[in-house]
Amino acid sequence: MIYVVQGILSFIAAAAFGVVFNAPKKSLFYCGVVGMTGWIVYMYVNSLNQDQVSASFAGAFTVAFVSHIMSKKFKMPMIIFSVAGIIPLVPGGTAYNAMRSVVEKDYALALEFASLALLISGSIAMGLVFAEIITQLWTKAILRLKTKP
Amino acid sequence: MDTDYELVVESCLLAGRLMMESGAETYRAEDTMDRMAISQELTQSQSFVTPTGIIFSGNKNLPTRLVRINARTTDLGKIASVNNVSRKLAFRDITIEEAYSELKQIEDEHKTYPFWIQIVAAAIASGAFLLLFSGKLIDVPTALLAGGIGYAIADRLEIRTRVKFFAEFFAAFVVTVIATISVATGLGSEIDTIIIGSVMPLVPGLLITNAVRDLMAGSFVSGLSKGAEAFLTAFAIGAGVALVLSL
Repeated sequence: MIYVVQGILSFIAAAAFGVVFNAPKKSLFYCGVVGMTGWIVYMYVNSLNQDQVSASFAGAFTVAFVSHIMSKKFKMPMIIFSVAGIIPLVPGGTAYNAMRSVVEKDYALALEFASLALLISGSIAMGLVFAEIITQLWTKAILRLKTKP
Repeated sequence: MDTDYELVVESCLLAGRLMMESGAETYRAEDTMDRMAISQELTQSQSFVTPTGIIFSGNKNLPTRLVRINARTTDLGKIASVNNVSRKLAFRDITIEEAYSELKQIEDEHKTYPFWIQIVAAAIASGAFLLLFSGKLIDVPTALLAGGIGYAIADRLEIRTRVKFFAEFFAAFVVTVIATISVATGLGSEIDTIIIGSVMPLVPGLLITNAVRDLMAGSFVSGLSKGAEAFLTAFAIGAGVALVLSL
């Protein structure tokens, strides 16, 4: 049940972000789909081991992978689909907590939150790049199979 | 066939500039320019793209050209249109003259969503994020209000002042003031989740992703400068929130 509610919410959030970023009208629905898949994978991995870093990696990997499929299908740049999907994964809450701790002069806690935010953004970037490289290798392999008689 | 090489260079520069102004990745802009040039038999072309300027050289007989990029926004629709033109050119569906006029048309007539729809979308996104980050249903109206107003302020101030950091700082400031007032009057319950949700439309998500993508693709100059821009924007938002919280 919680997955359904969160799925709908993340769909709305990603599609709304598509509007804010002025994505083409026909791609808005698919922006939402990409955001929803990424968030559900994030939630699932997070519930398995309570580790935001690996969950963000899995979420970003899914987002990039699904966006790649969409970009091939609609012949649009991949960035159109991936940007809105990545937004829910961005560690806004962690960064906020880090900043809030600075205001409260609890610098040890602030450093803890800040390094967590840094790790999460790093893992999002790794997920994006890994998915892109793997899909590239995959399409190259398929091309080679096709050209070989 | 006699191709007008100067027009080819001009079109490549225009395409690259439009892409960089709308927030495309650097390597995609370089790739698009090179593909356009190769399709017009300029096989020796070299492009060097940074977030603030593009240097493009066709071949050894043509003058090397430089264009400056002043404004950078996020406009995915424009990236898709430019990409479409370059794709058609590469498949030889259109000539370079047609491609140039189409690019000019994109530059002059490209439509964005109306401003109020963007504000509504930002407000809805804020509300959805509030619930995604396990906020309470009672806080949703405040997040809608704060998110919409915050986005509107950031957008208008950026157009007026041309200083992105000031716009983001002030927008985050207003968002936090609205959240504080609503909690103080009993309309909202959790100030933290309200602020996190409403600040989300301001977060430089595209910049962060692009910065890392560019670094990994080997464009270190653009990667570092985009990273600096993202860091400064995030810092401005944080400072705006912190100012109110520390009062």
